[in-house]
Amino acid sequence: MTFINYASREINCKIVYYGPGLGGKTTNLQYIYSKTAPETKGKMISLATETDRTLFFDFLPLDLGSIRGFTTRFHLYTVPGQVFYDASRKLILKGVDGVVFVADSQDERMDANIESIRNLDENLREHGFDLRAIPYALQFNKRDLPSALPVDVMYRALNFKREPTFEAVASEGVGVFDTLKAVAKQILVELRKQ
Amino acid sequence: MPANELVLYQEEFQRLERSLRQLRQDASARAVFLFDKSGQQIAAAGEIDQFDATSLASLTAGNVAATDGLAKLIGEREFSTLHHEGQRDHMHISIVGKRAILLVIFDERSSLGLVRLRVKRSSVEMEKIFEEMLVKGTRTTDGQAPASPFAEITDEDIDALFSE
Ligand SMILES: Nc1nc2c(ncn2[C@@H]2O[C@H](COP(=O)(O)OP(=O)(O)OP(=O)(O)O)[C@@H](O)[C@H]2O)c(=O)[nH]1
Ligand SMILES: [Mg+2]
Repeated sequence: MTFINYASREINCKIVYYGPGLGGKTTNLQYIYSKTAPETKGKMISLATETDRTLFFDFLPLDLGSIRGFTTRFHLYTVPGQVFYDASRKLILKGVDGVVFVADSQDERMDANIESIRNLDENLREHGFDLRAIPYALQFNKRDLPSALPVDVMYRALNFKREPTFEAVASEGVGVFDTLKAVAKQILVELRKQ
Repeated sequence: MPANELVLYQEEFQRLERSLRQLRQDASARAVFLFDKSGQQIAAAGEIDQFDATSLASLTAGNVAATDGLAKLIGEREFSTLHHEGQRDHMHISIVGKRAILLVIFDERSSLGLVRLRVKRSSVEMEKIFEEMLVKGTRTTDGQAPASPFAEITDEDIDALFSE
């Protein structure tokens, strides 16, 4: 939910990283955290299992600078990708302004990608949002792996509204900031329309 | 799309802060925070420098969301308050209106009974401020929608954010 605070002159927006388990959502946030200046970020919180799987969410607050005298702050969240955590995923989507879908490029994860987008669509609907209208970027992660499917095959299967799409190797930071910028821009453009 | 924007003006902000300061004093609390249900801080009072407010906001909202989920599972609409008891510091979490969360952090100088009582009283006042805020968010006193400072942002403004 975009929160415009005239008293402190801040705009706060919420971006959620969605996608199948082990796709690299948490890795995206970790890379962003590692590459931003200390004064522009808050603490990163990870509610994870002992095996580093996201249990509830990761959270990273980020200041991107100011627009028209307003500090723009983005709150980045990841959801737990494992199928059985659906109730938690739903909760994280509350008040979302934009979504990044992190797809796993490996051939054997294609069904999981498709299922996860369907699940995203359904959960957004429950909050009254429309996946077709919400600011949205698509990331093909794990491009470094030998079993990665060709980009055009993935594009045909996962891209549904010509959303901005990026190839990434999140563990090395490739494509991470481009993806974030693409969704942040769409959110700010939405703000202009309102 | 649901009404996905919360607009807070100087006037309401000051009124909310005043209520929070009063509550903090009446309840002898260390600090009081008002968050939005999606995890953003609205206002605070007390020893706020002693805490990481941004992290508190997101975790409290997560906590409330999870508890709401639990309530629904057993057929309750919601659990209206939460209480976490530590060795020295304690938390009291409650819902204000439909969309805000009030977090009170207190220690042995206060008690759960006192906090509960005072929270109840100030919640009524804060709810009223929220209602007025929501109305104002959609129109000003002359019935016009307030001009958004972002109506005029340019692509250059947006690109400049990502320049470094
Ligand atoms: N080879 C390779 N490994 C990656 C890449 N991105 C992430 N990983 C690895 O994939 C594993 C899972 O990454 P996470 O970021 O934890 O995945 P997640 O999407 O948060 O998973 P859940 O929390 O279960 O939903 C980790 O071991 C990462 O190091 C990538 O681009 N290439
Ligand atoms: Mg994760």
